[in-house]
Amino acid sequence: MNKNELQERNEILSEANKARWDLGVNFHDTVIEAIYEDASRIARKTVKQQGEKAAYSLDLKIDKIVTSRWLGFPLMFLMLAVVFWLTVAGANYPSGLLASFLIDYMHPILKQAAASINMPWWLDGVLIDGAYLAMAWVIAVMLPPMAIFFPLFTLLEDLGYLPRVAFNMDSMFRRAGAHGKQALTMSMGFGCNAAGVIAARVIDSPRERLIAIITNNFSLCNGRWPTQILIATIFIGSLVPAGIAGFVSAGAVVGIAILGIFFSLVVSWGLSKSVLKGEASAFSLELPPYRPPRILQTIYTSLIDRTVFVLWRAIVFAIPAGVVIWLVANIHIADLSLAEHFIQWSGPFALVFGLNGVILLAYIIAIPANEIVIPTVLMLTVLSTGTHGMGEGTGVIFELDSVGDTANILHAGGWTLLTGINLMLFSLLHNPCSTTIYTIYKETRSVKWTMVSTFLPIVLGFIVTFFTTQIWYLWFS
Amino acid sequence: MTTPKNNLNNCATCPVHNKENLIKLGLSLDEIDYVITMAGNPNTGKSTVFNNLTGLRQHTGNWPGKTVTRAEGGFIYNEKRYKVVDLPGTYSLLSTSTDEEVARNFILFGQPDVTVIVVDATRLERNLNLALQILEITDRAVLCLNLMDEARRNQIEIDVRELSKELGIPVIPASARRKVGMNELLAAIEEVASGKYVCRPHKIKSRSAKLNHAISNLSAKLAKHFPKLPNLNWVALRLLEGDNSIIEAVQSGELGSINAQTETAQA
Repeated sequence: MNKNELQERNEILSEANKARWDLGVNFHDTVIEAIYEDASRIARKTVKQQGEKAAYSLDLKIDKIVTSRWLGFPLMFLMLAVVFWLTVAGANYPSGLLASFLIDYMHPILKQAAASINMPWWLDGVLIDGAYLAMAWVIAVMLPPMAIFFPLFTLLEDLGYLPRVAFNMDSMFRRAGAHGKQALTMSMGFGCNAAGVIAARVIDSPRERLIAIITNNFSLCNGRWPTQILIATIFIGSLVPAGIAGFVSAGAVVGIAILGIFFSLVVSWGLSKSVLKGEASAFSLELPPYRPPRILQTIYTSLIDRTVFVLWRAIVFAIPAGVVIWLVANIHIADLSLAEHFIQWSGPFALVFGLNGVILLAYIIAIPANEIVIPTVLMLTVLSTGTHGMGEGTGVIFELDSVGDTANILHAGGWTLLTGINLMLFSLLHNPCSTTIYTIYKETRSVKWTMVSTFLPIVLGFIVTFFTTQIWYLWFS
Repeated sequence: MTTPKNNLNNCATCPVHNKENLIKLGLSLDEIDYVITMAGNPNTGKSTVFNNLTGLRQHTGNWPGKTVTRAEGGFIYNEKRYKVVDLPGTYSLLSTSTDEEVARNFILFGQPDVTVIVVDATRLERNLNLALQILEITDRAVLCLNLMDEARRNQIEIDVRELSKELGIPVIPASARRKVGMNELLAAIEEVASGKYVCRPHKIKSRSAKLNHAISNLSAKLAKHFPKLPNLNWVALRLLEGDNSIIEAVQSGELGSINAQTETAQA
């Protein structure tokens, strides 16, 4: 019975094959032509165009400017820089307010409440000094920049600017042996790498899709923007007079973003010349008409979809991380806590790359979410340098009213401009977060390519920070 | 077909204008009466229409290819429960990229009760290419003529009645961003889903007699082997063209038994 069926099916197929030969070579074209002919006949019958296409000619004029050879890229970077500058300038004050409420005001109240019900010291430590403070810190540091950055970015997106970015970058990606649509998935990665990896489905060829997936991590994501912005403000903004500090910090962040695009291209090129050999396939990209964004709705949806979503994710990961931090800081072996053991042990190794043990440990604890890197770094720094005056004791993520306080801690931890630069570089070039790694596995169904996507950026990160550090020492010694 | 009532007094009682009939269900999708799907070219506002119907706030972006997977939501209209599946935007159903396959397989194998084809009124001709391909696969569809506000801005006039006659399905002018035309769209969906409106979908006319002969020959054979399969002519055409994924589906016998819930974008 089964065999019979199979035979029947194969007969159908061979019949189809035979008929195909009879129909001639350009048969596929005639099928498409028939559809186009009918579509055009119906359109002629039903559509009337009166007068000039006023809006299109305006669109065309704008497109000529934003996709022009000379102005396209500078305009793109300028627009990004303005978005960052607004974020940097606008976020500091609300951050301070949130910190003073959640940490200066609420934390002591919670501590008192815990004391009044005789909570054991370790439970009080894990819950309030660990979990609560980690969460409070993430909200204070992350919410204001996200509430400014995402709506602005979404406005650009709704306006129809992203396809123009893709248009500008298309030829660069093609020269790198990758698909032009990778410019779109890269732009998605600027929001979230996991989303960018999924978006790579728009790319037809498996080879080019794999390249897009592996290199998506070079787009700075949500979780990393705040780190970049904060570190740039502390270490690079402070090099110049206060009046232009905002611009210079924003410029530095744009610089890192561009470096990410550069790595995206170089790695794509490297892959397509070695393990993923092949020609770039052509595609046509439609530039959608500019549509005036509905500002209120955009702000609403970007707050709900992105800001709250990302913040929630950060909180969910920060709470257990806070517990872990408190534990590694309070479980002692011999005279040192686990955290101090790791920091001292890895210190010499980290120094070669201009980093320190704190940063390495923070990146291990923060594998689930890049968002919590900075809170973790600060807590561990206080711990390892014994700056107890500023915090509330071992393993507490303490209050920081302003960027200035953060700077004080980092300086006390022996951080220099070089450490700041290397942290920015390492934040760009390290493993994707666990969500992204899992998404890569789901999309590629391949352990091998998931491992490549995970470890390639770390290796690159160590290479880049190593050379930055060694050249820096040569230059300044 | 839903013609807007001219008599103003009727508006209050006309079901088309009664918003109470719509309950947005978001993601709760139990006990479905009808499955409808949204298809169309990229960047025509499918996701906006989807959001309007389901009350979900899936992010909509102004760039082609934003939706690469299916999004699902639901609503209740006139006491019937509908599941809505938002498909990735595609220019055609003839090539083999993942997004096109997701869209095509769902319309072909998922057998939705109604396919809502969302088209950009300012680029009707190009959008019709896909609409006609969809009408080859499915018998039950509604055309949502979206972005009518932009068409008006560009002084484009469309003869809706004639278009509906040509395509053989209801055509609803709409501006989804401003929530214009959504009630009319719902009414049309209901009429098609319940069978009150019987579609006579346009079939491609400009084909050679030889090709038509080959198609009917092959589809007769397919009908014998896969008696439950709708759109035999389309499958026959795909086989003639040598479409690998359809050939595989025939070879494995999968074509006869595919269920909408199990095929997805995972490929």
